[in-house]
Amino acid sequence: MTNKMNSPLWFITPYVMLFFTFIIIPVVIAILLSFTYFNTIETPEIIGLRNYIELITRDEVFMQYVLPNTIKFAFIVGPVGYILSFLLAWMLAQIPHKARTVFAIILYSPSMTAGIAMAVVWTVIFSGNSTGYLNALLMNWGLVQEPIQFLQSPDYLMTIMMIVSLWGSMGVGFLAMLAGILNIDQSLYEAAYVDGMKNRWQEIFYITIPSMKPQMLFGAVMSVVGTFTVGAIGVQLSGANPTPQYAGQLMVNHIEDFGFIRYLMGYASAVSVVLLVMIYSISKVTFNLLGEKNR
Amino acid sequence: MSKFSGTKINPKKFHRSQTKFFVILIPLAIFVGLPIVFIINHAFKPTNELYAWPPRFFVRRPTIDNFRNLVDLASESGIPFSRYLFNSILVTVVGVFLSILITSLAAYGLSKLKFKGKKLLFEINTLALMFVPIAVTIPRYLTMANIGLIDTYFGLILPLIAIPVGMFLVKQFIDQTPNEVIESAKIDGASEMQIFLKIIMPIIAPAVATVGILSFQLIWNDVVGSSLYVDSESLKTLPFYFSTIAAVAGNPVAGQGMMAAASFIMFVPNIVLFIFLQSKVMNTMAHSGIK
Repeated sequence: MTNKMNSPLWFITPYVMLFFTFIIIPVVIAILLSFTYFNTIETPEIIGLRNYIELITRDEVFMQYVLPNTIKFAFIVGPVGYILSFLLAWMLAQIPHKARTVFAIILYSPSMTAGIAMAVVWTVIFSGNSTGYLNALLMNWGLVQEPIQFLQSPDYLMTIMMIVSLWGSMGVGFLAMLAGILNIDQSLYEAAYVDGMKNRWQEIFYITIPSMKPQMLFGAVMSVVGTFTVGAIGVQLSGANPTPQYAGQLMVNHIEDFGFIRYLMGYASAVSVVLLVMIYSISKVTFNLLGEKNR
Repeated sequence: MSKFSGTKINPKKFHRSQTKFFVILIPLAIFVGLPIVFIINHAFKPTNELYAWPPRFFVRRPTIDNFRNLVDLASESGIPFSRYLFNSILVTVVGVFLSILITSLAAYGLSKLKFKGKKLLFEINTLALMFVPIAVTIPRYLTMANIGLIDTYFGLILPLIAIPVGMFLVKQFIDQTPNEVIESAKIDGASEMQIFLKIIMPIIAPAVATVGILSFQLIWNDVVGSSLYVDSESLKTLPFYFSTIAAVAGNPVAGQGMMAAASFIMFVPNIVLFIFLQSKVMNTMAHSGIK
């Protein structure tokens, strides 16, 4: 049966069909829905740009909390996680194989823990009563008298979200960078030293990074996407949507809030479209930045 | 010539100069690894140790009570635990298999076959690397409702098996395989599909393993499918059941032990699979670059 299957259609049709059904079409529908009022029961009613206008001018929660939170979260967790991935990969590349494997598994393991697991571990650690591990430690050392409500307090929630996200940020991009460093042609370094390269920093900037630029770009995209995907973490940690005083409210939570709690699907779609556009533009900017630096 | 440190990449054995890396890496690995060790210990703690003050990190007298409670609670709610487990395993096994098959087929097509729109298709796929499913959950639901996937096993499987990242990685991997092998097989009269099955599949085993791991993580951990795309309880999967415990245990006393046991069950298959296949993953990642 397989001896006549030559057409490319045999190969690409299944993937393309699924890819379009579950990725492309939903994106298109999201764009269309964002121009409508849709409460899931009545047929969508076209209202033009009103959702977007409302989002920008009327939605105080969005402007005051959600957008700044998202930007702050993305701009700290993204770059820090990315630089950390590179540095760790670089260090790992310089230790023997067996130790490297063990470290790589440990560092990658958090990115495998599902949302529930993350929420369980970290809520227990940061729990607001004296059985919370961090509170118990602080009280034992006499640093605080009363347990701190880490997860319910707007002062701490964001910081904790960032720590937890960074903890889990050594994902596929990190593995790609590690592989990238290990596969650099060693004679490049030799040649560079003959040509007068002086130190490790020059080594990193003139040889290591340029030689693994493709992996660096892949890592960057994964890092941007990863940052936005872990977005639901504030709700998992605090156990409520919206998060206490919107302290950990990110765009993903805002979408869920309007889409699945208030059933304003058109509005939620508009937020989704803004989110997709944001991710896309940040990825593009990252691309150009990294591309230029290494040219 | 100053000291040449390039050769220190990928060293064969330990050298004193590596000490500084270990000094940084060991504490960091401990920080990263502790929560994982914590999940494992917490899952086996008896109630009095779960709420001991000051809290203890390591378990003293391990018990499997938490797992037993988890199973009991499920049957109380009407659906036996085994049903969730069966659903999870079924969905994951079928999903991973289909994902590997569909992804490698398409990757071969995009890498080695000639057809119209090939470049465009790969461009769109690369663009889709930036896709965050959570952003379009609602339209996805509408699409699925329209083609009648709601409340079926397909609803749990199909949305998760076309993974742009996986497809990207396999395609980059196949790009590295020499065309001569394919050419000579063609001269011997093999069809493209035969070449794919008999020659390419064995060569791309590492990339296949990587897609397997990625899709396993995605499907095994997926909660969205069970909470949105199926309504009947008997079709829902483990992570969904576990997430309901998390909701019940809004006050930490109610189900901390059970939740720890649940996290343990979710986490262990992931890590075991990764440990077995990590060398294959690294091999694939070497070709992961975006050019």
